[in-house]
Amino acid sequence: MRRSGAGGSGSGTARRNRKSSSSSGSARDRGARPRADGGMRVVVPLQGVVQGRGGLVIGSLIPCALFYFFQLYIKRNRAPRPLPPPPPAAAASESPPGSASTVVSPIHRSLSRGLLSPRAALPAPSARGAAVRDDDSLYYAGLRRCAEDPYHPASNPAGIIQLGLAENCLSLDLVVRWMEEHAAGAALMAGGEDEEERELSVRGLATYQPYDGILALKMALAGFMRQIMKEVSFDPSQMVITSGATPAMEILSFCLADPGNAFLVPSPYYPGWDRDIKWRTGIELIPVPCRSTDNFNISITALEIAYNQAKKRGIRVRGVLISNPNNPTGRFVPKQTLHDLLEFVTEKNIHLISDEVFAGSTYGSGKFASVAEVVDDLEDFDRGRVHIIYGLSKDLSLAGFRVGVIYSYNESIVTAAAKIARFSSVSTPTQRLLVAMLSDQKFISDYLKINSERLRKMYRLFVDALDQVGIECFKSSGGFYCWADMSKFIGSYSEKGERKLWDRLLEEAKVNVTPGSSCHCIEPGWFRCCFTTLREQDIPILVERLKKVTDSHKLNR
Amino acid sequence: MVSQVVADEKPPQQLLSKKAGCNSHGQDSSYFMGWQEYEKNPFDPVSNPSGIIQMGLAENQLSFDMVEAWLEKNPDALGLRREDGASVFRELALFQDYHGLPAFKNALARFMSEQRGYKVAFDPSNIVLTAGATSANEALMFCLADHGDAFLIPTPYYPGFDRDLKWRTGAEIVPVHCTSANGFRVTRAALDDAYRRAQKRRLRVKGVLITNPSNPLGTTAPRADLEMIVEFVAARGIHLVSDEIYSGTAFGEPGFVSVLEVMAERGAAAADVSDRVHVVYSLSKDLGLPGFRVGAIYSSNAAVVSAATKMSSFGLISSQTQYLLAAMLGDKDFTRSYVAENKRRIKERHDQLVDGLREIGISCLESNAGLFCWVDMSHLMRSRSFAGEMELWKKVVFEVGLNISPGSSCHCREPGWFRVCFANMSAKTLDVAMQRLRSFVESTTNGAAALRRAAVPARSISCPIAIKWALRLTPSSGDRKAER
Repeated sequence: MRRSGAGGSGSGTARRNRKSSSSSGSARDRGARPRADGGMRVVVPLQGVVQGRGGLVIGSLIPCALFYFFQLYIKRNRAPRPLPPPPPAAAASESPPGSASTVVSPIHRSLSRGLLSPRAALPAPSARGAAVRDDDSLYYAGLRRCAEDPYHPASNPAGIIQLGLAENCLSLDLVVRWMEEHAAGAALMAGGEDEEERELSVRGLATYQPYDGILALKMALAGFMRQIMKEVSFDPSQMVITSGATPAMEILSFCLADPGNAFLVPSPYYPGWDRDIKWRTGIELIPVPCRSTDNFNISITALEIAYNQAKKRGIRVRGVLISNPNNPTGRFVPKQTLHDLLEFVTEKNIHLISDEVFAGSTYGSGKFASVAEVVDDLEDFDRGRVHIIYGLSKDLSLAGFRVGVIYSYNESIVTAAAKIARFSSVSTPTQRLLVAMLSDQKFISDYLKINSERLRKMYRLFVDALDQVGIECFKSSGGFYCWADMSKFIGSYSEKGERKLWDRLLEEAKVNVTPGSSCHCIEPGWFRCCFTTLREQDIPILVERLKKVTDSHKLNR
Repeated sequence: MVSQVVADEKPPQQLLSKKAGCNSHGQDSSYFMGWQEYEKNPFDPVSNPSGIIQMGLAENQLSFDMVEAWLEKNPDALGLRREDGASVFRELALFQDYHGLPAFKNALARFMSEQRGYKVAFDPSNIVLTAGATSANEALMFCLADHGDAFLIPTPYYPGFDRDLKWRTGAEIVPVHCTSANGFRVTRAALDDAYRRAQKRRLRVKGVLITNPSNPLGTTAPRADLEMIVEFVAARGIHLVSDEIYSGTAFGEPGFVSVLEVMAERGAAAADVSDRVHVVYSLSKDLGLPGFRVGAIYSSNAAVVSAATKMSSFGLISSQTQYLLAAMLGDKDFTRSYVAENKRRIKERHDQLVDGLREIGISCLESNAGLFCWVDMSHLMRSRSFAGEMELWKKVVFEVGLNISPGSSCHCREPGWFRVCFANMSAKTLDVAMQRLRSFVESTTNGAAALRRAAVPARSISCPIAIKWALRLTPSSGDRKAER
């Protein structure tokens, strides 16, 4: 069937081939190219000439087969692993601590992709090669630089001010106070004075618990999320608890896509996703650029184009990944856009993942709408394709406690994710402690209110401070970031210029910010500045330091 | 608006990835079937005296009282306070460094060293913390094996490996067949045979993974065997992963020998393999704290440590738990007395099971570690085949009411072996289990089944002290699930 079809359609091409082969005959004589595909181009038409039409099929098969077997031969001959050269001074495990760490052993061929950057070439790099994938991102480079020389008003006043993190120190005192009052009792859950009851509670802590989180915490989290997402109700049975939003995102990706598949991600997006999602799952992220002229709003047309391009390249798109409130721009995704997105993913039969870890950290005038709210409003909509990522690291300033949530409307995804959660479950004492904390209604509502006020105030102060040095900010409504436009201070309007400015900010002004390029922003000159790690008294210092860079730029002009 | 498009839409199930939908997580093996059966009808001395007794869970509940007494004495650790009463919470709240809390890593290194009789020194900077040994094993697989690469694992092995090591990483397991003829010890011939089989399947062998003390055998690996395995991986240029999560349960002679000890003794000769030997550890078994989800990878290979550290961000331990355990493991007096007493209790319980089985004519593989015994019930099977084993297992689960793990789920090649756990229940419950088994054995020989059904519940009800005790031992939360 297929063969005859190929022959039929091939008759035209065969004739053409004959012509081309005769015309390229002299070229062939000039010497066979060593490259395999060059050889093929010559051999196939030649066979066609010799054997007629039927020969075209066989004639193209034979060289293909030969080529295939040749490859196989090479591959198999390469298979026996050469014994790794003995490391120069690899110490036995009992060697004193220092020496083991100073010896940098070479990577053996038997180490896997996990250690190597996907971009690294096949020959094994040195052990430091493992770190390559972080080094190429300025986001991680800045974080490292900052860790070496952190600013401290008293002990290290010349250190680097950290604006590249995603932490909230503004309301930590509230959580600390609650912990001081309740922690010991809450973690043990020692409700009763009775000896027996207490033993029961230790048993409940120490033994194996469900990997996807204890039910009590799921219920408490559902209540907390409901409070934050404006009275949208959440069903604890659709929830999987993981040790942080990072594994939540990875596990969800494992469930939704196969290696080689892709997610469309409106950019700029959170720089950590490149590692968190792509590394172990083998999933691709395709940035879909949003523009400042559009207020960085997600454009369905751009998504459509990116989807079709991916399809042309043979890449299967499995979903759209958004963050709302957006990290880094701090913008809420408008309700209408969410509707459009749902329509888009339904039309393409793909998933929508909404990362809402900043849902409770809002300060803007607009109203935040979770995708859950939009989904609830819709009737006869297939919710099975909508998934929400949440966590307590941001909204409760509890990054150290590692609590993330996958909330999915798809039962099979919940089941699969709950199974994978065995690789990253949360310690039970921590879960118990959080149950007590989240159930303290008064504390939670006070916290959310005060935290929002403090965020608003700090944001105002920070934007005004940047304004003083002539830097304009995007109007953010939620999250811990200011998305600052410094394009007028970059030398050349390009990624290189942006990088240069970032270097100067880090080395001259001693301020670590996240450059837009590591968020895959296509417009150079944008920087993400986290303002929630600052104190009010730090702001004048920050202004002074930024002035150094901005003023010198003006002088140079 | 959206709903217009819904009509021509495919069912969402098709949207799942292959991994989420596929079966390589092994949830359908008989090991997990027994679990489901147990969850439907769990034994309770008062409310459900005829329920299934869970003997498939390797959990150590023997020494809770000691952990608890320690917590009572050190309330500051749970309250996240320093000795001077100041709260450490501020430092912990935002602590998410994947290198772990230094105090905890130091304490863990010391504790691991203590478990190995201080014959091996652990460098805290070579420790990678993970959320449980499950996660540690998987992260190591991600680091060492590519999709389609293979690890050799001596059989019988822990049924969960099929899921933990293979599911997400795409790595393969090639069993190294061990037999009862030599007490299931690993031999060079078996390793070579497995290596050849892997090559025949065109799999690239990346390493050998052993559990020491062995799960499910409950035996420690003899020093000579470890030397032989190290020799093998050195010759083949592959990795060795030694899962030593049961090292603190080794209660009998010959004692536990860590592969790191063997490496240390090799001295300079070990230089070529020292960065290809990795150890997995956890506090779930040795300290009886599986709920705390603390696992660790120890490796002298800088590249593995660095990659695994980055991977650990997918399963970090909460800072509060790290702080609490740093204080607990830092208390040398506590760890010393705990380890000694814990081993004594495990031995006592182990002897209770072995003696009980011997009385009814069932023999066990002689073991000196672990929270389980490897039991030979082949003489109770109607046919000496895996079908016969399955038939017997179903009888034991459904009729006798004991959830034990059949050898076939551990990839044992000889039918008739079962893994029976003894540390996750009270001594009284174990007695009930032995009673049931006794009646079953008798009924298979003289058919007094009716007698058995009446006898067992009556006994436990008539014993109020037992009830009280057993009650205290039952887990508190109703939603409590299971080890695997």
